[in-house]
Amino acid sequence: MKPGEFRFVNHSVPREDGLAKVTGRAVFTSDIRLEGMAYAKLLRSPFAHARILSIDTAEALRQPGVIAVLSGSDLHGIDPYYGHAVKDHPLLAIGKVRFLGEPVAAIVAEDERSAYEALESVRVDYEELPAVLDVDSALAEGAPLVHEIAYRTGGFRGFDDPASTQPDNICQKIHLDWGDAAAAFSGAAHTVEGEFFFPMAYAYAMEPYVAIADYNDDGLTVYSSAQHPFIVRNDLAKIFGLALNRVRLIIPFVGGGYGSKSYTKIEPLTAVCSWKVRRPVKLQLSVEEAMLTTRNDDARVRIRMAADREGRFLGLEATIHLNTGAYAENSPLVARRAANRVIGPYRIPNAKVDCYAVYTNTIPASSFRGFGATQVTFPRESQIDELAERLGRDPVELRRKNLAARGETIHPGLRPLDADLPGDLSMLVEALAERPLPKGHGRAVGCSASDAGSDPVSSAVVQVYGDGSVSVVMGTTEMGQGSHTVVRQIAAEEMGAVIENVRVVSCDTAITPFDRSTGASRSTTTMGRAVLEACRDAISQLRNMAADVLKTNPENLVLEGGGIAFQGRHWRWQDVLREFFGLPDCSIIGRAYLRKAGDLAMLPLFWEIGCTGVEVSVDTETGKIHLDRLVTVGDVGLAIHPAMAEGQDLGAATMGLGLGLSEELVYEGQQLVNGNLLDYRVPRFSDLPLQVDLLLAQNQDGTGPYGAKGGGEGSLNPVPACLANALYSATGARVRRLPLTPERVWRALRGRTPELPNSFGSSGVRPQEKNSGR
Amino acid sequence: MKVSFVLNGKPVELDFEPQETLAEVLRNRCHLTGLKVSCEVQVCGACTALVDSLPVSACTYLAYEARGRRVTTIEGIGDSERLHPIQKAFLDEFAFQCGFCTPGMILAAKALLEENPEPTDAEVVSYMDGNLCRCTGYRPILNAIRRAAGLMRQQEAQSPPREGETASEASGGGRFRTHHE
Repeated sequence: MKPGEFRFVNHSVPREDGLAKVTGRAVFTSDIRLEGMAYAKLLRSPFAHARILSIDTAEALRQPGVIAVLSGSDLHGIDPYYGHAVKDHPLLAIGKVRFLGEPVAAIVAEDERSAYEALESVRVDYEELPAVLDVDSALAEGAPLVHEIAYRTGGFRGFDDPASTQPDNICQKIHLDWGDAAAAFSGAAHTVEGEFFFPMAYAYAMEPYVAIADYNDDGLTVYSSAQHPFIVRNDLAKIFGLALNRVRLIIPFVGGGYGSKSYTKIEPLTAVCSWKVRRPVKLQLSVEEAMLTTRNDDARVRIRMAADREGRFLGLEATIHLNTGAYAENSPLVARRAANRVIGPYRIPNAKVDCYAVYTNTIPASSFRGFGATQVTFPRESQIDELAERLGRDPVELRRKNLAARGETIHPGLRPLDADLPGDLSMLVEALAERPLPKGHGRAVGCSASDAGSDPVSSAVVQVYGDGSVSVVMGTTEMGQGSHTVVRQIAAEEMGAVIENVRVVSCDTAITPFDRSTGASRSTTTMGRAVLEACRDAISQLRNMAADVLKTNPENLVLEGGGIAFQGRHWRWQDVLREFFGLPDCSIIGRAYLRKAGDLAMLPLFWEIGCTGVEVSVDTETGKIHLDRLVTVGDVGLAIHPAMAEGQDLGAATMGLGLGLSEELVYEGQQLVNGNLLDYRVPRFSDLPLQVDLLLAQNQDGTGPYGAKGGGEGSLNPVPACLANALYSATGARVRRLPLTPERVWRALRGRTPELPNSFGSSGVRPQEKNSGR
Repeated sequence: MKVSFVLNGKPVELDFEPQETLAEVLRNRCHLTGLKVSCEVQVCGACTALVDSLPVSACTYLAYEARGRRVTTIEGIGDSERLHPIQKAFLDEFAFQCGFCTPGMILAAKALLEENPEPTDAEVVSYMDGNLCRCTGYRPILNAIRRAAGLMRQQEAQSPPREGETASEASGGGRFRTHHE
């Protein structure tokens, strides 16, 4: 079907979660309380790297309201390590701490305040160890080891093997190579080379991490703000030695994720508290604690590009260092994606890429919207503008000359490009150039291509009832991206149902069938398609039932608007069901699963495209950049819900605005110095661009339902590069380090050296004498 | 300590500790979980409640300070059968995604529009700068507030005097009614 032929799909219908969210009825995990529930609070390490000599919990146990105190030495009888990629993460520090802020002890009490107040009664003796706080000191000869042993992979499918079997601080190493990059550079007419820095950032999901665990004789039930319940379930099953069906994850509405709630976070720690006290236990982190839980991988990228006299790209070489922090989390996959995504949507005949994820004694890094692409798009797109200047060409024209066409292979071994980048760029430029550039303003465009979608394993159940109502039962979590609305549209479209009569049941792993994860822009494509196929499975059953009722062959029945036609009469599905079963309230189940097979055998499932443009003004007195215009092109195949697709693009671009202009977690020595929302500056109302154009390219060229493919990250990826290039276009100042804070821009405008980085190049901190602390 | 105030139009007397914040009392004692807590340092606005029609950050506002005042939360301004125009406008403009900031956002917008029924865009941006949203990029919220201003003016023109809480405020009386009554 084409746009214009759908009843619900491709229309901006009301959100499935809308009424609940505007009336305050929407339930998030933090809103849940269970009968007999106790509360946990965490004692965190005051050192970046230290041996734990002893923990004395006796006094804390005597405090009013305290039920139990747990430390790393109390975890007998379970496997206290988890990690889907590398099993390196103890749920409470065992033997030593690896970053300042790491949980060392948990107190369970009758109420939150009692738990909190008892924290100061726990005595911990530490022996401080030399710390590696940046990539260079972690990689230095003889550097202290963050992990003394080389770990095996966490047993989760789809990950590369770890870098080596020898312990060092390299968590993951990725190498890509095609063509002959060295030869391409030696014969090139033009080359550019540079070093770029991408900041350490915090996703700030407004709902901080929260979980409620209830461990009892029936197994373990966990309510959580997790994006990926099934992966958390797997980790918990292994920790406690439980069967998968004894671990139940229930995910209410999630208050923002942006990747930061993907994979396992505080669930093992919460579960172990409940396992210890055999009561439901709630662990609610504050924003300050959430900042100490997960961040993105900050990056240093050394990159060079070569072009011939006509501007054709000849080669790209990049060395990417990711500061992965104390635990691997998902960074091995971020490293793989960063390496793949530095290429962009361009024809690059010769490439050589090395990417290293490096352990340091800092907050663990993991998934963050963009997922490696933001880190590498900034250097590449900056450098394309530098090349354009070297060649005396317009940056848009240089991109147009090198953009791959639909069907071209941009990355050997991966799916050919499934998007029309030249078309997207034309849409973008047409919108951006509709008015002349005011004097002193700067304008820039940027493109990116991400191998998106993750593993295509998703399953769905659709229940069709005798009264015409329909339920979609699925494991995709709703964190604002709108998946509940999208599958409702698809089910209503397929079943010919009234959209209000389609209910979405999600997510309870005891009920909802398996879904690999909610992230990587995959749900519309994978779960959307699983729901579509489950509906068609139900329809096929209903048609056979109708044939049975009408005593004819199924082939004689014509599918028609929510039912079938036979001999001039229309039978709605509910009529068929009632006739077949002889009951008014019966139902049947349609089901479908996707896996890496057929047209989904080749990864990625789709290329997620970024194609954005900006216009900025710069206050040269203060160095402050203001985003005046933003244009995004969402190349989404088909927007199942146009308003939400546009909303994803604007939200993503706004996150890019934050990373580009203001967001950075700043370390001074071992200490995070801006670990709160007062000092960590996210975009506000007053940063809103004066004009926004959100364009959609709908060529129905995706592997998802009706040709849809994912969005929601693409429009973030080029934005920081656009801002840096627009700053250059406005002022002639080239800044290769984000964020473009007023101070950094001000210094650049005056030709001063920008300040030193915080994660790269500064020396490690020497240990003080043996320290005691709580 | 025992403290009386008017909560969503109904007089209440509550017993709580002097150090409890309004957010703790509303969420834990009154089970009004529409009010969300995020930054806990008065930056994000997720915990916005109205006290005598003015927005406050309930995460740091001591509950006893509400004594004798009128406290309004998202639960007090409309429900799915009878949405407040701002709620309706947020739905129509897709002015939320995850929804965690939404109750605070709607209450701040209510305070704005009651103080200034026809704000310019610059006035909306300035007033709302204390409410963070990480999902939407703000423009849909700006659009919703514009639309809500129109709806509220329309409603005012069609059915004076206004119903509900605002009606009793307009009447200047000491009693407060909501449509729940």
